[in-house]
Amino acid sequence: MEIHIPTPLRAFTDRQETVSVPATTVAEGLENLVQKHSAMRAHLFTPEGKLRSFVNVYLNDEDVRYLPAKEDTTVADTDELTIIPSIAGGTPAAAGCCR
Amino acid sequence: MIDTTNLPKLTNEEIARYSRHLILPEVGMEGQQKLKAAKVLCVGTGGLGAPLALYLTAAGVGTIGLVDFDTVDESNLQRQIIHSQSTVGKLKVDSAEIMLKGLNKNVNVVKHNTMLTSANALEIFKDYDVIADGTDNFQTRYLVNDACVLTGKPNAYGSIFRFEGQASVFATEEGPCYRCLYPEPPPPGLVPSCAEGGVLGILPGLVGVIQATEVIKLILGIGEPLIGRLLLVDALGMSFRTLKLRKNPECPACGTHEIKQLIDYDQFCGIEKPAAVGPLEVSSHGKVDASAAIVEGIPQMSVEQLKARMDAGTAPFILDVREPHEYAIVNLGVPQIPVGSLPDRIAEIPVAKDAEIVVHCKSGARSQKASLALKQAGFTNVSNLAGGILAWADRIDPSLPKY
Repeated sequence: MEIHIPTPLRAFTDRQETVSVPATTVAEGLENLVQKHSAMRAHLFTPEGKLRSFVNVYLNDEDVRYLPAKEDTTVADTDELTIIPSIAGGTPAAAGCCR
Repeated sequence: MIDTTNLPKLTNEEIARYSRHLILPEVGMEGQQKLKAAKVLCVGTGGLGAPLALYLTAAGVGTIGLVDFDTVDESNLQRQIIHSQSTVGKLKVDSAEIMLKGLNKNVNVVKHNTMLTSANALEIFKDYDVIADGTDNFQTRYLVNDACVLTGKPNAYGSIFRFEGQASVFATEEGPCYRCLYPEPPPPGLVPSCAEGGVLGILPGLVGVIQATEVIKLILGIGEPLIGRLLLVDALGMSFRTLKLRKNPECPACGTHEIKQLIDYDQFCGIEKPAAVGPLEVSSHGKVDASAAIVEGIPQMSVEQLKARMDAGTAPFILDVREPHEYAIVNLGVPQIPVGSLPDRIAEIPVAKDAEIVVHCKSGARSQKASLALKQAGFTNVSNLAGGILAWADRIDPSLPKY
């Protein structure tokens, strides 16, 4: 399946916008993603292995948190996962941002 | 949302001015009167607030409130088109008023030259019908959200990063709020570093105009506002996607209503209180006090001290930890390894572990981080150049460009 990587996390995927991973469930897809790009693990998961609360994962256009089976939802090759980052930008401050 | 029983009349001049609206049946006379009666608050007059306030003013929104405490800097003009060359140095709210009044003499501009805080947000919001959030940091995002939920005002939300944008309408009675989507802010350490910052100047125009469109739809009560939907904009792929957002019944703001008053949002976001800079411009990673001699065990060298050492021929090894594209803008002619790849490239440092090393970046925070990494890797004599290359350009070599 394809996983869409948002800009803030592309630093960990060699700038790739999408990563293809084999997966039968959402959880497996995410696990294979962080196996492939290990620096991303800390950004997506807590040390206990739970998805961080500020990371939103969508299966196609549905929030995984609201799917009946959540991360155990089965997926097909044609399904897409999208990671939605928290972005705050509006006026990235020339003076405030880069200290 | 707008009380239609007592709508203001349009003058003949206004009828002529808004004729392209009036001949749209979805707007018509009553719609234009609703716009004239409407009061919209733009939080921030930066990249998003600029096109937002301009288009709302052009469209005939009667009252535009502007919240900003900042002054116009020339580097804002790459995207903040409500300001101009002639207003550099002026307060942003004053500069914006000049442009808005120049565009439409009928608009009533209400200036709030202040930081939006927990102490003043509810008082400011209560006079408006719609809030448009064009801020740039998580603290203010949560503050705007909670104040919208508490006052029952819809929030036309927009956010941008590099080439990507998001837009939605939060805090309507039936729809989700910002906290339903993001229950918690990311910890400061996990937000993208400034080396990955920046924004394509056109992008806030694109997203700000989407926010303006949503504001107009909310006022007129037409179309399908982005309630319960998150629009994702990718300017490079020029793709637009919408995702479904659900109202979280457990949401402490709009679900359980356990948030009954505004909280300390700096603390909520794990960010120290802003000092000289306000919440709209606060740095997302820690600040380094340039006046302190030693920070976290790392001696802080001033640019004057470094210059004196160079002049005396006893310069330490200097390492630039900025990104290659920053090096291309301006550099001190010293070796460069980006802070992010430093742990993997320690072996490239051509001096002994006990040699004196001074690390610099743009203004001193990344180099502080890099100094700590070098110390951890066994280097024993590492200093941070306080104020970075910006301080060097300010105080040692004014011929250098600043970015």
